[in-house]
Amino acid sequence: MLIDTVLFYIFAALVLGGGILTITRRNAVHSAMWLIVSLLGVAGLYLQQQAEFLFAVQIVLYVGGIMVLFLFVIMLVNLDQAARERQFNRHWFVALVAVAAVGAEIGYFIYRGRTGFHIAELGAPIAAPHALGNTEMLADTLFSEYLLPFEIASLLLLVAVVGAVVMAKKRIQ
Amino acid sequence: MMSAVPVYWFLMLSAVLFALGVAGFLFRRNIITVFMSIELMLNAVNLSFVTFSYQLKQVNGHLFTFFVMVVAAAEAAVGLAIILTVFKNRSTLNIDEVNSLKN
Amino acid sequence: MPGNFATASDVIRFLPEIILAVMGTLLMILDPLLHRRSSNAFGHLSILALAGALGGAIYAYLNGGPAFGGMLMVDGFATFFGVLVIVAGILTILPSYRFLARQGAETSEYHALLLFSVAGQCLMVAANDLIMVFIGLEISSISSYILAGYLREDKRANEASLKYFLLGSFATAFFLYGVALIYGSTGTINLAGVNVVLSGPGAPSLVFVGVAAALMFVGLGFKVSAAPFQVWTPDVYQGAPTPISAFLSAGPKAAAFAVFLRIFTTAFAPIGHGWEPLVWASALLSMTIGNFAALQQSNIKRMLAYSSIAHAGYVLVALTARSEVGTAAAMFYLAAYAFMNIGAFAVVSHLSGKGERYQNIEDFSGLAQKQPLAAAMFSIFLLSLIGVPLTGGFFGKFYIFKAALESHLVWLTVLGLLNSAVAAYYYLRILVMMYMREPAEATEAVEPLSPGLRLALIVPAIGTLFLGIFPNWVLDFAGKSSVLLK
Repeated sequence: MLIDTVLFYIFAALVLGGGILTITRRNAVHSAMWLIVSLLGVAGLYLQQQAEFLFAVQIVLYVGGIMVLFLFVIMLVNLDQAARERQFNRHWFVALVAVAAVGAEIGYFIYRGRTGFHIAELGAPIAAPHALGNTEMLADTLFSEYLLPFEIASLLLLVAVVGAVVMAKKRIQ
Repeated sequence: MMSAVPVYWFLMLSAVLFALGVAGFLFRRNIITVFMSIELMLNAVNLSFVTFSYQLKQVNGHLFTFFVMVVAAAEAAVGLAIILTVFKNRSTLNIDEVNSLKN
Repeated sequence: MPGNFATASDVIRFLPEIILAVMGTLLMILDPLLHRRSSNAFGHLSILALAGALGGAIYAYLNGGPAFGGMLMVDGFATFFGVLVIVAGILTILPSYRFLARQGAETSEYHALLLFSVAGQCLMVAANDLIMVFIGLEISSISSYILAGYLREDKRANEASLKYFLLGSFATAFFLYGVALIYGSTGTINLAGVNVVLSGPGAPSLVFVGVAAALMFVGLGFKVSAAPFQVWTPDVYQGAPTPISAFLSAGPKAAAFAVFLRIFTTAFAPIGHGWEPLVWASALLSMTIGNFAALQQSNIKRMLAYSSIAHAGYVLVALTARSEVGTAAAMFYLAAYAFMNIGAFAVVSHLSGKGERYQNIEDFSGLAQKQPLAAAMFSIFLLSLIGVPLTGGFFGKFYIFKAALESHLVWLTVLGLLNSAVAAYYYLRILVMMYMREPAEATEAVEPLSPGLRLALIVPAIGTLFLGIFPNWVLDFAGKSSVLLK
């Protein structure tokens, strides 16, 4: 039990530390690196909540796919000059107030809401016939109940592929 | 295997992470960093989904997270292509300088 | 379980989306074969695809019901909006022929993305599950981001695309956070299921659901460009290719409103008194900001963008009424708005010339002398946007404010009517330009109306007048569909 708490603190520190550094570093490459740290922290929290499949997907897809794409683009654009420019919005004060309000509000509601939770008691882990692992259960649900979203996601990916090509290919004509 | 960590800690963490993303989106001027802030927000949402899923003892939340990741990947591909085009045309990625549309 | 999946009736109810997706893919495959012969072939094929989807949507309606285990709900409401977004797609392609030829930018991808976007919108309006709403919304949005920046060499289009993309993804994250909280507090994201949990005994903490509703309101507010989330609209409408601006103001907007109506009047109906003030304020703010900002614009696309914010405000008035009459009024209004706004943008596209040089209101001076037909059609659209009797816009506003009064929203009605009076000024200014001034540089240089554009002007004009003279046909259907909603 104690070890769970300790792990939670470690992962939470990774998530928040990574997040804060992502949005404050001047250099975009550093931001991306800290974002990866934050994403790994989130992956750890998935593992703690028995989402083994998502833990793997988070690392393979997010860190290995999306973040590498980010790093490629950062390398393609010349950001030396950008790093020297002013990094923050002129209206930072207004934005700070707005963000503080959002954060405080959500935090407050969740704090209040914890007693009013519909199904608040923490019972056994995801009730499952122990024969089935997380990935198998996911697959069962995905290919029965969520078959349509799964199929339609292919259209989404097609749109993304076509879109990226339209944007990046040489000249229209 | 039961986690001793109260569920709402996870939710608080997710809320704070979401707020961090919003902050980054509003504060930062570098377009790529702004986009990274959106990724932070999506991760906060995913963390909430997984937490609720754990609490409700369903796997549905995991699936939503999965779909959000798919969409995030699609958005990243398209978004970075758009960002590259903007950079090619203007040689800057400062959001304040991308403001030619006016009355 | 997988055995009873994707039965014949599921597939029939899913027909429009299948036709659009297949034809969009086919267009790109045929690209190398068609390109040499005629650059119009893509447009013809897309119109064929959309016509097929229209037939599919009607066939699906005749065999309506839930599909794919409750993921989709093909009812009158879905069909109404499905037909609306498909027609908006057709009306976008008609002015695109000439526009793309002028910019030398005819490609199959443009049409394919347009078809995919319409497919996404068809999914959105039929979705009965928040995950389907989300995926449909993303298909529609991602295609729209690309279409807005389709003319890559144009700095304005780049900027429009970038802003649309960044703010759109930002809004999506808010919407998703709302979905997550709904899932957490009700244990389901099926709209009917959420309604059952919220109205049943042992309903979850209202604070929690309230925050979720507010977050989803923020996300959808961005998509329908309601104030205070409207900042992207003027820039995107100004920078995007004109036919795409027309499309954005009709298709994605109508679909987002459909989702708005479905979520807030089915899933969140039990907490209606909670979200009403929020929508009330947003409606008033949208109308006021939209109309007063539009007064000061000299760029016509920007002016139409602000006017589109104001019109989103009118639809939100109908939503605030929280009644079936209000829902029907919103549906009618969105249909009328799609016709008149696409028509107005088609005239702008016609006049703007190569590289979209002429976009100022002054550029319309003397259009009536040079091209009486275009000027006459534009007048019909503008009068309808003002809300003059015999046009669809008039009955749209009439039904909305009638529904608002029936729900005792007296102040909102009064302020809304005052707003429409303000709006008349900036629309009339264009009429004065067209009819009372001598032709200027832009109107001297205007090219003759191509057949596609002629259709693009006449069809929406007929639609606008039809809705203004025989409103009951559409309103009856909308009324019936809004009852089915629950």
